[in-house]
Amino acid sequence: MHASVFDRYLLGHSLIHRLDPRVKVVVTLLFIVSNVVLPDGAWPGFALALVWVLMVTRAAGLPWDFALRRSFVALPFALVAVTTLFSLPGDPLVAFRLGPWSLGISEAGLLRFVSIVIRTLLSVMMAVLLAATTSFPDMLHAFRHLRLPSLLVAVIGFMYRYLFVLTDEVIRLLRARSARSGQLPGYKAGGTVFWRARVTGYMAGQLFVRSFARSERVYQAMLARGYRGHMYTLNPHAMRRQDWLLAALAVAALTLIQAAGRLSLV
Amino acid sequence: MAILLSAFFPWLHIPDGFLSLIMAVVFWLVTAAFVIVAARRLQADTSGLGEQQVPLMGIMAAFVFAAQMLNFPVAGGTSGHFLGGALTAIMLGPWAGILVMTAVIAIQALLFQDGGLLALGANLFNMGILTAFIGYGLYRSFAGKDRRVRLMAAGVAAWLSVMAAAFLTSVQLWLSGTAVLGVVLPAMLGVHALIGIGEALITVAALGFIAQIRPDLLGEAAVKERGGRGWVIGGAVLVALLLVLAPLASADPDGLERVAEDLGFIERGLEAPYQIIPDYTLPFLGETALSTILAGAIGAVVVGVVAVVVVRVLRPRWQS
Repeated sequence: MHASVFDRYLLGHSLIHRLDPRVKVVVTLLFIVSNVVLPDGAWPGFALALVWVLMVTRAAGLPWDFALRRSFVALPFALVAVTTLFSLPGDPLVAFRLGPWSLGISEAGLLRFVSIVIRTLLSVMMAVLLAATTSFPDMLHAFRHLRLPSLLVAVIGFMYRYLFVLTDEVIRLLRARSARSGQLPGYKAGGTVFWRARVTGYMAGQLFVRSFARSERVYQAMLARGYRGHMYTLNPHAMRRQDWLLAALAVAALTLIQAAGRLSLV
Repeated sequence: MAILLSAFFPWLHIPDGFLSLIMAVVFWLVTAAFVIVAARRLQADTSGLGEQQVPLMGIMAAFVFAAQMLNFPVAGGTSGHFLGGALTAIMLGPWAGILVMTAVIAIQALLFQDGGLLALGANLFNMGILTAFIGYGLYRSFAGKDRRVRLMAAGVAAWLSVMAAAFLTSVQLWLSGTAVLGVVLPAMLGVHALIGIGEALITVAALGFIAQIRPDLLGEAAVKERGGRGWVIGGAVLVALLLVLAPLASADPDGLERVAEDLGFIERGLEAPYQIIPDYTLPFLGETALSTILAGAIGAVVVGVVAVVVVRVLRPRWQS
């Protein structure tokens, strides 16, 4: 298996793909902030936000359920919020006993829990769209434009380049271990827990030493090709008229979402 | 209920929608300050690695990400994992450690949506900055000592860093009104007490291995920074400060009263897990904001003191 399966970018030539990455990053962040700021139970606001996400999905040339399918990865964490179901004060809609405990779900708790799950899903869907329509080097360039420290952006860029190489190496290490482990499925693993942890630690140490040595070789190779501490790019990323227009459209949409959400609760 | 839920959240990346806006913004500002300081200090560091540090840190970040895929079976189908904040800070120094973990967690959020974008500031602080402080600080405090003592310190540091991250994550969720502290804190701390052991074991084994194969690597980062104890104290002060400021930033104006009510509600049905500081309030102060803040601070101090005492008590056994 090659680790390139990790890359979430889907090649395309849609309007969204060609949009300036700065606009996409900023609009994604504003959308997430808008979700978080919408009060609990602002269903029209959430509905409009969903419509917005679906419109962007289609404009990017992706199937309707693309963003929703990929965002299910965030759902397990929603269990953390389950406690709010039982804890907000109010008359219990449903009450049940779990052994010595008696728990009641109040209406306020249900409202809060569902709102949290919806907010999370919407935000993750937007983040999925951002990753699918923006190549990672473009994203990093956007961060430089948005004034992130150049050292940090350079480090992230290097990490991305070597992510796949080192992940392949880890997969090789894991395969080598299982080839020497002789563990039959359904049977107990061998040795003590401490021994297994030690072996894993040695693998981590081995990976560290190899990575360090590789970085020394990479640095020497870069020096030999004229590296003086700066990375250069050919794509200047200038904002065009349609970038500004789409940014304005996004801001208008978010204002509409906020208005719909808040007015419905008045 | 805590035991039931603890099976479900072994990992600490908070998605968007779980933190209130104020909490997210506060931690974004704090994290941004640390990251900018780290970048400045590394760029100004001419005596260290200089230009080489960019490929080094980038590849180290890829290493941490890849190493997080390493696992070992613990018992009955579960497996131990590796976060890497402490090991990275010990090997590369605290500032480089912060930048490396920032890269790892940022890419996890951007590429894989593992953790939210608005919540990224808080995630970076919990898993990157806090772990670097505690991991490096505690390890450096024992810099001149016997090798076995240092390895022990590294193990305790790794365990503590995971516990601290879990603790702060629970507090952040509680103060944002998305979880009940009485349930999420024991669940998180319980699960991560075990995960932390795995982290400690892997960290110690990795360090031992590196000390044998490439001892020069251990020397490089270690001698650059001075004053390990200052980092531990700094970390403790920081956590205390945040505990004081965070409740004041709680989105819900009467959030603390409401949560105090929650805990009371829960206790009617459940057996209270802690009796030392009931309801997270001090008896003589009653249910006020100050009471909760002091209770949290006392908790943080107790954890810190226990850690130092444990290492000090075990130290004489290793010195020969």
